[in-house]
Amino acid sequence: MTASAHILQKGSVTRVMLLVLACLLPGVLAYAWQFGWGIVINLVWASLLALALEALALRLRGYPLKPFLSDGSAIVTAWLLALSLPPLAPWWLLLVGMIFAIGVAKHLYGGLGQNIFNPAMVGFAVLIISFPVQMTQWSAPLALAAHSLSFGESLSFVFGGTLPAGVALDAVVSATPLDTVRTGLLQQHTLDEIHSASQIFGSIGGVGSEWVAAAYLLGGIALWALRIVPWQVPVAFLAGIWLTAGFLHWADAGRYAAPWFQLAAPSAMLGAFFIATDPVSGATTPRGRIIFGLGAGFLTVIIRVFGGYPDGVAFAILLMNLCVPLIDAYTQPPVFGEAKKK
Amino acid sequence: MLTAILVMAGIAIALGAVLGFAALRYKVEGDPMVERIDAILPQTQCGQCGYPGCRPYATAIAKGEADINLCPPGGEDGVKKLAELLGVEPKPLDETHGVTKPKSVAYIQEDLCIGCTLCIQACPVDAILGAAKQMHTIIASECTGCELCVAPCPVDCISMVPLQEDLGSWKWKYPVFRLKQVG
Amino acid sequence: MELQRFPGGVHPEEHKSQSASRPIHAAFVPRKLVLPMRQHIGQPAKPVVKVGDHVLKGQTIAEADGYVSVALHAPSSGTVTEIGLASVPHPSGLPDLCITIETDGRDEWAARTPIDWRNTDPAALRGHVRDLGIAGLGGAVFPSSIKLDPAGGPPIHTLILNGGECEPWITCDDRLMRERAEDILEGARIMQHLLGAERLIAGIEDNKPEAIAAMQAAAQKLGLTIEIAAMPTIYPGGGGKQITKTLTGLDTPSGGRTTDVGVQVFNVGTSYALARAILHGEPLISRIVTITGHVLRPQNFEVLIGTPMSELLLHAGERDGTTGIIMGGPMMGFDVPDMDVPVVKATNCVLAKSKELFPPKPRELPCIRCTQCVPVCPAKLQPQQLYWFARAKDLGRAQEYHLFDCIECGCCSYVCPSHIPLVDYYRYAKSEIWAREKEKRLADTARDRHEFRLFRMEREKKEKAERLAAKAQSKKAEAPALSTPEQDAKKKLIQEALARAQAKKAAVAPKNTDNLPPDKQAEIAEIEARRAKIVEIAKQPVEPEQH
Repeated sequence: MTASAHILQKGSVTRVMLLVLACLLPGVLAYAWQFGWGIVINLVWASLLALALEALALRLRGYPLKPFLSDGSAIVTAWLLALSLPPLAPWWLLLVGMIFAIGVAKHLYGGLGQNIFNPAMVGFAVLIISFPVQMTQWSAPLALAAHSLSFGESLSFVFGGTLPAGVALDAVVSATPLDTVRTGLLQQHTLDEIHSASQIFGSIGGVGSEWVAAAYLLGGIALWALRIVPWQVPVAFLAGIWLTAGFLHWADAGRYAAPWFQLAAPSAMLGAFFIATDPVSGATTPRGRIIFGLGAGFLTVIIRVFGGYPDGVAFAILLMNLCVPLIDAYTQPPVFGEAKKK
Repeated sequence: MLTAILVMAGIAIALGAVLGFAALRYKVEGDPMVERIDAILPQTQCGQCGYPGCRPYATAIAKGEADINLCPPGGEDGVKKLAELLGVEPKPLDETHGVTKPKSVAYIQEDLCIGCTLCIQACPVDAILGAAKQMHTIIASECTGCELCVAPCPVDCISMVPLQEDLGSWKWKYPVFRLKQVG
Repeated sequence: MELQRFPGGVHPEEHKSQSASRPIHAAFVPRKLVLPMRQHIGQPAKPVVKVGDHVLKGQTIAEADGYVSVALHAPSSGTVTEIGLASVPHPSGLPDLCITIETDGRDEWAARTPIDWRNTDPAALRGHVRDLGIAGLGGAVFPSSIKLDPAGGPPIHTLILNGGECEPWITCDDRLMRERAEDILEGARIMQHLLGAERLIAGIEDNKPEAIAAMQAAAQKLGLTIEIAAMPTIYPGGGGKQITKTLTGLDTPSGGRTTDVGVQVFNVGTSYALARAILHGEPLISRIVTITGHVLRPQNFEVLIGTPMSELLLHAGERDGTTGIIMGGPMMGFDVPDMDVPVVKATNCVLAKSKELFPPKPRELPCIRCTQCVPVCPAKLQPQQLYWFARAKDLGRAQEYHLFDCIECGCCSYVCPSHIPLVDYYRYAKSEIWAREKEKRLADTARDRHEFRLFRMEREKKEKAERLAAKAQSKKAEAPALSTPEQDAKKKLIQEALARAQAKKAAVAPKNTDNLPPDKQAEIAEIEARRAKIVEIAKQPVEPEQH
């Protein structure tokens, strides 16, 4: 006998997940436009893997397939991981990543709604620790690439590892702007020297990638307008990056890149609107979300600048996921009619 | 070497002093453990544990003389709570002391009662009303269901009646959350 | 007047026009009336009639049992045919004590005595309110006599007449205000008098313009000073704390009542019932009920309390494919266990369900912590956290997170994209906490009684010892007196009687242990042993300072 409302508003988990995917589309299109077919192949491959792995995990755990496969959460995880990897990454990289994302981070923790870590970011973290070489071979922006791979050529590179005759690896891959800066600084160059030595830098971020970041921002704003994500997390996340990077840049402009440069990396925008906003592994109170976002933004820059990895978004978000129960417990807003404590 | 030993010894003495001071300063009067154990026990006062009431049993547990699984009215739930309080592993109820029964109250078949007052003397919570050669009756709201009055009755007119759920005692059930496939 | 917005709320489809367009259908007398004793919050009423008694319309058939209780009256004349358990509208589906009346069709009134409320002592007036069976008709059915007692709290400065009626489908208050506004206001006048409230406000949602106009016209006619506010239509705007916020801007403290901020809220239906009771001597024997949903002619009916819901459905035109009845609205109502349950004082709506109107709920998925429930919660709770704790049976944490501020309005369940019946979890947690508190109270009482018994036995023993000591002393003093043959004979007689009694006792005592299976014998022996031990321990001396 139920006592809860006998009527339900239209809406479902599936709808939420589909809207997230829809809002990712501008970013995906910009990505394909600037970097070629690789990302499309990645997304399709990741989606297939996600469905297969999700089905397998559900079957092993004795859960019904239909309601859980159709909730769309596995596809969202797949897209987020695929968008975080180099577009021309070998096929097995996504396989390994998705096994950890869906199998370990999601289902070993109890499946939908139970995971304490963002599954896509767990997959990413495993990959970047285990396969640093493959994870830093980013596609070169088409504008700079000596050769632009056709769809068929991309497919055979991803699944067979073979490039067309006469095309060297250097012609299709390059380091990301963030990575270029890191490597340059390690070699004791100044930022100005690094900038003038490489063509990868665009007007504020990297060639091509700044467009992708802008498209993510657009999709992210749509996601907020649709009331799927709260404003607190993305705003605080971006503010955290901006403030931390700004402070470092102010302290030593020769060593630390400008805050706009940090924000123009696609990972920052993807992280701010689509990853840090994951409700399952994120904070739920308004103040908690601001703390969560600020912390993740701060850690992102710290890891980018002082850490051993070219990007820090994944680790920053995973670390903040750890703090969520504590943040939530200490930021409970007053209930109706509760005297403000102090 | 000597300095190191002296330093360590010094730290040990200092910390020991702090602990000793704290022990004196924050000393708790009485034995709160007995109170806390007694608060968990169901206060049926049935003596099934082998002690003459809940408090003596609580005292025995606190002294480490009795095990925590001797109280059938408290049930598995009670054992679990005691285990949690004492920081020990919960264990199954010791069935040599009886099994958990649904909560009941005693009922006197009044036309059979001869007014012998034996049950009144047995009742640990004074929940039976009556006088010599007068009919007795149970004050149901005060009865703990300990069954101690059943055996003494010479005419066997006392029975235990399990409490039925009615609108007053009805509880909302835990919602069934069935995600897994059944069958 | 400046209105304020209460936090949270939703706006589901209203579905009010179906039943609001038709006037209130006059009461009809069914053949059988079933009247549960437990129609209000508090102690159930106590029957004062016997099976076979003939009762008149309005005659008291059960009286209030204690302070938090109200009386119950025969809704029509007839014969009491049964006093016993019968099916009642309650989510548990359990039967409860009811008085069944076979009506005689004459609908003959008992004597009705209007009360001159202006010249009646307030306490006596409240007694009349209780004895006339008035309880809150908005759904909570709390005895009105208690709510009308201003003592023991901050002074009541504002009386709010609640015409919010925010639940979808329900229009009984709407029609009542349109058709009987004067009586409502007369009732409000009595309430204001009892409470001593300076200000009187009626809050009506702005989707009921006719009701607002009717109330304004009636106020003018009666010359009553009342502010009538058109409130925005937001569910649950008719909740006590919500309407208080909307109309006065006052925040009811967490864990408190609106009276804590000097506001008392009464449903317009209650006010109407009070006016009928005090001014006309008619106890609460009928109410306006909306019959809507899957019926041919959705309409409001004046319904005698105790009328089976199935008869109401017949009057409104039952349709094929009715899958059940919700008592109350779709947000807070509940499914009744069967269609023959009676209308009670709390029944504001009988909502017939069909597959089309109320399709089976989609499968429940896990909570993804999307927090869509947070902005709609009128108590500003964190429903997803409460759900988490209630599901884990972590009742302490649920309470810490203000579980008891939840008004069970159902907004969170309504918006949940995982379709989780959240309110079910909160109700489970609440009733579990209440049950445990009750258990604890009982245990505490048992402990106190046991300890007192031990103390008493000790005292008796000591007194006996003292008495014996005193006797021994006096005996010693008169020791030289020799026993006479007369005394000896008496002693012998007593001894013989004692021996006889003992023999008799020995013959009687084991009576119940004969012819029992060995396991029962063992059980008895064990209990006896326990008892012996207890007696022995009780006999042991205790420290003298134990007083």
